[in-house]
Amino acid sequence: MVKNIKLISVVFLVIVSFFILLKGLNKTNNYSPNLNSSKIDFNFKAKFLYSDEEVTLYELINDKDFSIINIWASWCLPCRDEHSFLLNLKSLDKLNIIGINYKDNEINAKKFIKELGNPYSKIVVDPSGINSIELGAYGVPETILINNNSKTILKKYIGPLDDEKFAELKLIIKNEN
Amino acid sequence: MKIKILIFIIIWFVSFFNFSYADNSEKVDQISKNLRCLICQGQSVYDSQSDFALSMKILIQNKIDEGKNDEQIYNFLKSKYGEWIVYDPEINKNTVLLWVLPLILFIFGGILILRKVSIK
Repeated sequence: MVKNIKLISVVFLVIVSFFILLKGLNKTNNYSPNLNSSKIDFNFKAKFLYSDEEVTLYELINDKDFSIINIWASWCLPCRDEHSFLLNLKSLDKLNIIGINYKDNEINAKKFIKELGNPYSKIVVDPSGINSIELGAYGVPETILINNNSKTILKKYIGPLDDEKFAELKLIIKNEN
Repeated sequence: MKIKILIFIIIWFVSFFNFSYADNSEKVDQISKNLRCLICQGQSVYDSQSDFALSMKILIQNKIDEGKNDEQIYNFLKSKYGEWIVYDPEINKNTVLLWVLPLILFIFGGILILRKVSIK
């Protein structure tokens, strides 16, 4: 009887761990916080790329219905890939695209914009990366869609935009009003 | 002789600055050891040299300079990145098994030992 219990419990444990590991295979390792847990502090200050003026995020996102905050850098290759999507989004008139230039060299950043076009209505710089952390960001590239009226995050994309995310972004903006 | 004095002064200067630097960031080290580097695999913010971790350390230093205490800094980061950023998970319905399981195993093991001893 005792032998039986041992055998059964070992078999049981093996089966349970098998299923736990099997389930773990399908899970992505990248962690992203749920949206309602990350709040935006609109009071952080940053300098513009093209002038020395300081501005708060609150002032930046005021004029239209939606804002996209895009964190980018000239040294970031995926940012190059997603740039065409941002240029495309520029044509939406309810949308305001703000760029945060992350840990970048000013000359390189300006060169990047000159070369690939400027989708941003305003660009601020974040030389130490602190502002991005205040936004709850992980690195570059990252895109955050904000509803300007309710000051809430609608969607957050970690990593470059692609066709799928681009379509989703457009759909969210279309459906929100 | 002059060279010796010069070398001594240089070393003294270097170690002096080293010391003051270490003194400043001790608190940052302490806090960053308790924070998970979210973009790394299994590293703390203290261990990591990624851009994310480096910025995080600067931010922590700034918060300390602003006069925030440890609790406030942890809460600030939790509000930005969620519970996951700290290594100390709170008890809730997702983590209750994590906290209770060792206790159950401990009691179970204790019972096993007691039974073995009493049989003898």
